[in-house]
Amino acid sequence: MSYANTRFVNNFTPVNINILMTTSRRKFIKISALGLGGVAASTSALKMFGANTYLEGLVKQNIAGEFNKTATYCEVCFWKCAAWAYTDNDGEIIKIKGNETDPHCHGRLCPRGTGGVGMYNDEDRLKTPLIRTTVDGKQTFRKATWEEALDLIASKMKDVKSKYGAESFALLKHGSPGSHLEHLFKAYGSDTIAEPAYAQCRGPRETGFALTLGSWIGSPEPTDIRDTKCLVLIGSHIGENMHNSQVQEMSDAIDNNATIITVDPRLSTAASKSQHWLAIKPATDIALLLAWMNVIIEEKLYDEAYIEKYGYGFKELKAHVKEFTPEWAYGITTIKPEQIRETARLMAAAAPSVIIHPGRHVVWYGDDSQRERAIAMLNGLLGSWGKRGGFYFKEKVSLPKFPHPAYPKPKWGWEEIGEKYPYAEMGITSELIKASIPGEGENEKYPIKAWIIAGTNLINTIPERDVILKAMDAVDFIAVVDTMPMEITGYADVVLPECTYLERYDGIRNAAKREPSLALRYPVAKPKYDSKAAWWISKQLGERLGLQEYFNYNDYEDVIKWQLEQVGSSLEEMKRLGVKKFERKTPLYMEDGEDFEFATNSGKIEFYSDELASKGFDPMPVYKQHPEPPQGFYRLIYGRSPMHTFSRTINNPNLSALKDTNKLWVNPKVARMLGLKNDQTVWLQNQDGVDSTFSIKVRVTERIRWDSVYMYHGFGHNNKKLSRAFGKGISDTRMITKVAVDPLMGGTGLRGNFVKILTEDPYKNSKV
Amino acid sequence: MQEEIFVSGRHLPKIDPNLEIWHWEISLYLFLGGLAAGILFFTALFYLLKKENEMQATVKYATIIAPIALIVGLAALFFDLSHKLYFWQLYTTVRITSPMSWGAWVLLIITPLSILWVFSYYRETYPKLEAKLQTFKRLKFLNTFEKFLIKNRKTMAIALIPLSLILGIYTGILLSAFNARPLWNNSILGPLFLTSGLSTGAAAILLFTKSHFERTLISKIDLALIFIELALIVHMFMGMYAGSQVQLEAMQILIGGSYTVMFFVFVIILGLIVPFVLELTEILGFKVPIIAPAMLILIGGLIFRIVMVNAGQLTRYLY
Amino acid sequence: MRYAMVIDTLKCVGCSDCVVACQTENNVPLGYCRDWVTETVDGAYPKVELELKSERCNHCDNAPCVRCCPTGASHIAEGGIVLVTEDECIGCGACIESCPYDARYQHPDGYVDKCTFCHHRLEKGQNPACVEVCPTKCMYFGDLDDPTSEVSELLKTRKHKVLAPEAGTSPNVYYLIK
Ligand SMILES: Nc1nc2c(c(=O)[nH]1)N[C@H]1C(S)=C(S)[C@@H](COP(=O)(O)OP(=O)(O)OC[C@H]3O[C@@H](n4cnc5c(=O)[nH]c(N)nc54)[C@H](O)[C@@H]3O)O[C@H]1N2
Ligand SMILES: Nc1nc2c(c(=O)[nH]1)N[C@H]1C(S)=C(S)[C@@H](COP(=O)(O)OP(=O)(O)OC[C@H]3O[C@@H](n4cnc5c(=O)[nH]c(N)nc54)[C@H](O)[C@@H]3O)O[C@H]1N2
Ligand code: SF4
Ligand code: SF4
Ligand code: SF4
Ligand code: SF4
Ligand code: SF4
Ligand SMILES: [Mo]
Repeated sequence: MSYANTRFVNNFTPVNINILMTTSRRKFIKISALGLGGVAASTSALKMFGANTYLEGLVKQNIAGEFNKTATYCEVCFWKCAAWAYTDNDGEIIKIKGNETDPHCHGRLCPRGTGGVGMYNDEDRLKTPLIRTTVDGKQTFRKATWEEALDLIASKMKDVKSKYGAESFALLKHGSPGSHLEHLFKAYGSDTIAEPAYAQCRGPRETGFALTLGSWIGSPEPTDIRDTKCLVLIGSHIGENMHNSQVQEMSDAIDNNATIITVDPRLSTAASKSQHWLAIKPATDIALLLAWMNVIIEEKLYDEAYIEKYGYGFKELKAHVKEFTPEWAYGITTIKPEQIRETARLMAAAAPSVIIHPGRHVVWYGDDSQRERAIAMLNGLLGSWGKRGGFYFKEKVSLPKFPHPAYPKPKWGWEEIGEKYPYAEMGITSELIKASIPGEGENEKYPIKAWIIAGTNLINTIPERDVILKAMDAVDFIAVVDTMPMEITGYADVVLPECTYLERYDGIRNAAKREPSLALRYPVAKPKYDSKAAWWISKQLGERLGLQEYFNYNDYEDVIKWQLEQVGSSLEEMKRLGVKKFERKTPLYMEDGEDFEFATNSGKIEFYSDELASKGFDPMPVYKQHPEPPQGFYRLIYGRSPMHTFSRTINNPNLSALKDTNKLWVNPKVARMLGLKNDQTVWLQNQDGVDSTFSIKVRVTERIRWDSVYMYHGFGHNNKKLSRAFGKGISDTRMITKVAVDPLMGGTGLRGNFVKILTEDPYKNSKV
Repeated sequence: MQEEIFVSGRHLPKIDPNLEIWHWEISLYLFLGGLAAGILFFTALFYLLKKENEMQATVKYATIIAPIALIVGLAALFFDLSHKLYFWQLYTTVRITSPMSWGAWVLLIITPLSILWVFSYYRETYPKLEAKLQTFKRLKFLNTFEKFLIKNRKTMAIALIPLSLILGIYTGILLSAFNARPLWNNSILGPLFLTSGLSTGAAAILLFTKSHFERTLISKIDLALIFIELALIVHMFMGMYAGSQVQLEAMQILIGGSYTVMFFVFVIILGLIVPFVLELTEILGFKVPIIAPAMLILIGGLIFRIVMVNAGQLTRYLY
Repeated sequence: MRYAMVIDTLKCVGCSDCVVACQTENNVPLGYCRDWVTETVDGAYPKVELELKSERCNHCDNAPCVRCCPTGASHIAEGGIVLVTEDECIGCGACIESCPYDARYQHPDGYVDKCTFCHHRLEKGQNPACVEVCPTKCMYFGDLDDPTSEVSELLKTRKHKVLAPEAGTSPNVYYLIK
């Protein structure tokens, strides 16, 4: 029972197949075998007959890595580590290494960044623009020129603007390409923009922390893990979540014998490094957080003067948590009262050098903003905000934007579409998608008619796939800007192949951290195939729409040059340095007893929120029970594989060589009950009767609870054009057909889905 | 519950999940090496014992198998090399610690020696052939060369005794030198392969002999060899049984694992016990076509090496 | 000079960056690897122990792979590094059979390949690629003959082990376990 979308196309008319296969797998392997392997072989062959010094020299040079290096920053995830890309004499990219001076990576990329070269080398990449056509009644893609493709998109943008207004053209984006298209859209008059990194990711934590401490967490997180005495991880699985400097700093914390406390129903890697692993029953974290606050308040483990000076509504909180004793929480979380007390005391002992980590992917159960608020309150109680070993104040460089006329004011946009969620501070992807379906969501008031999708694979990213499929059927036009033939490209009317981050300019990285710094992304190699950069695509479309004055440059290089000059640097300097650090202008930490104003309504840490109360929400977090898996079902939880980023790297030749499929983690008790063996092939069916598209192999392990099963996110690709990723494992996203929406900001809670383990192929009979 | 898994890497071709570096070529090479060693040993021994005339098959006829076996064996070894162009590197150095190395050298000496031996009997054993080919008429120097060889048969025989024994032992040491493969790593393998080699050699001779005296003598020797071989196999298992955990697991593969049937049915029963009984009854004067036990021993000997080479590669220390 | 690698299992997260870095640094063909990562889980939920280890050739003092090599292609180089000379290797596989850690493999070009401790980088005073990339900085590399080196210090002060000591190879890759 799942919606059949008629749009999906993953076949090409013969002529195009040839075009799309211009570089065959074999050719690629040849490329990769070149350099050392190849040369060395020929050396040896020569050696037999003496003369070989020249080639041997070449091998030495190759193996010694005497290449040209070019400054870039990584786009395999959004930590944006600055790096050096090494190219050989033929300009082929050989390896990528971290930039020593970069505060995001300190010269060490994560496995995905190191394997980023595979994104460039992937022979399955999109190679030419494609346009949907019908060949004898069959929908298919045909190869197109950039002119055709861009003209078509521009004309659609004009149509929509004249018929419904620019607002009805939506942009669903993520990462660097998104920012270029965002500029185009704002110039065009549409602010109907959203990215999955909000409502499927960080949103609730920004809301929770803003309401309590008056500040977003933002990315990268300003967690002072390096200098902390006590790190508390609630879910967040640093070490599998490979956000680079956090992983590095957790390792520093281990060296410094910091106390690490991990709350996770699974023995995460981080949990295995913790002195205290609280193996919590899923969906009960708020109860634990309330109990922790109960202990800290009842045992007076907090700094009274501090709370007196900076706290608002502490009395209410004290009264509120009185009843939430560790004994109470034990019944809910299955965590022993003494363990709750002991860990609370450890945090308090370390205060203010303690971090109750906000996490990052926090859309779990629908009350996530409230859980995050509880986390913020706990940090408030322990006074860790703005303190060494707690949360530092991050600072970025004030980098002027390249001048352009003011954007026109749209009549409506993401804000209006998400208006029933008062704390939504960015576009809610899922709401934009609903507003694209007549009669659903805000469609009446804010009808969305067409999409551009850039840098996000909605199919494996957004839950409730049926809704997306319906929406994609409903809209008049979809253009997708991507590097790979991901699922989403199959639903496009026009597919634009972007070159990878290693082949293009992008905006200067200006991220806030301990020290302000800028990082340059300079093209390392020329774009493979007929691919182009998103900045170029945006500029081309802008010009076709008569928006030249918004794109007042020939090459994005001009923009970067101009910006760098404004801050007393230059392209030459940045090409040499890769990363340039700047002096801080504001303090890193707050002074003890300083007259500090939190950016909340009361100017204080809001333990009680009048605002929430006035809007009819709980002014203080309360634990509400969430649905439990029915008989024979298990809660589906998921997380990161350290060697992959979502669905984008699964086909990466270097990274799929490390891990090419996900497995279903099953507790031995469950395995015994169901008679499952290690590596046995199974299928999944969820509470709504949705079957997994593919099968998955069982991993029987003590690392997971008996009421849940676990898998890595991102696998189970079902586009045949992904030669390495197709059909490998199960997509957790497909199994997530039910979401618990966060009433504060519209986040889509993903972990309330339950699956049954099938030992028989559910498609057995439908297959002939 | 205990779990040990690879997080990444390690799907190495021919190594994971278990070793398949050496294939049938190596088994054949070891078998033929042992066979040649066996034949040449008896050839030389009975020549020195002046049994040249009583035991014509042993000294003159069966010997033809040795050079053929050695050349085919070397070809098989070469066939299994993955960097063949560099084969010659084998003969640029002598590595005492490497059985593979001195094995290669022994073969380099014993193969031509066996050819010379066969040649020294060529005109006597294959007169009809020579009558056709007329090689000695065409190439005069062959006569002097033959004379020279015949004069030096004793020297050749004296050299062949140790060389054939080394070759025979080598086929076992090649495996037993590998500490890393618990099934191979025991001191019995050398003597065991030598005995088996001698026994297959004897069996081969039996296929050639026409004289009753020769047949019964060789059969008697073979009975003794089979008996020793069985004893050594029992000894080997007892050694492993007393050995470390890894060796116990290794032994399991033969006595309660994937190779049990092959080992017990084809090697122990059909390859040793049945021919033992057949030869015994033959000696006791009953009519048994000698080809039966001989072939069983030869096939058993080959299968024995296939089992040992493959099963050994299933055993490892880690993972 | 006695090179050794010391790996802190208390910090390793099993991310396998060491494996990718080795691949790109040493041009290891895809599908092959010179290093790899293992995971050992012990206990019963919720009392579970997890150990992650990055493994490779141990550059053994008592290296069977070198002993059994018929051509001398496998040899012990300066600093105790065990290397293979590609154009002396005949691909007989003896060394692969002899390694208790299965640390060697047949390169598609025929010769046998394995971890070299990145001697080409050592020559330039750099650390091995895997050591240099490791995001948890859990790998250390240095000279055991120098009592003041980081590796010597760590082995003096921390509880450690080597892999399959019963194989008698006396490895030079150590794992800190406490
Ligand atoms: N390698 C790699 N690293 C990444 C990414 C990637 O794609 N690959 N993506 C990056 C991005 S964008 C993000 S947002 C982050 C996400 O990384 P995190 O913020 O760490 O995401 P979480 O959802 O907290 O991590 C999943 C963990 O939550 C646990 N969990 C499941 N249910 C519950 C529960 O009810 N309670 C508790 N306490 N724990 C639970 C799971 O067992 C799992 O260990 O990762 C970032 N880092
Ligand atoms: N079920 C489930 N859903 C989730 C999550 C989960 O853990 N489980 N995680 C959530 C979180 S935290 C986040 S942040 C989101 C992430 O959601 P996404 O960012 O959509 O994640 P990906 O699946 O990596 O999709 C990235 C897409 O961008 C393309 N791409 C990569 N590089 C480039 C480029 O340089 N240019 C262009 N044009 N395209 C490029 C890739 O080919 C791929 O199609 O997913 C969310 N959704
Ligand atoms: S954390 Fe890894 S993937 Fe993300 S930017 Fe840094 S190196 Fe790239
Ligand atoms: S890179 Fe470091 S942390 Fe990652 S697996 Fe290798 S050793 Fe472990
Ligand atoms: S680990 Fe294996 S390959 Fe490396 S030195 Fe030891 S025995 Fe030789
Ligand atoms: S394969 Fe090569 S390195 Fe290994 S033992 Fe044979 S010749 Fe030596
Ligand atoms: S030392 Fe060099 S060769 Fe050995 S595993 Fe590390 S990176 Fe690979
Ligand atoms: Mo995210």
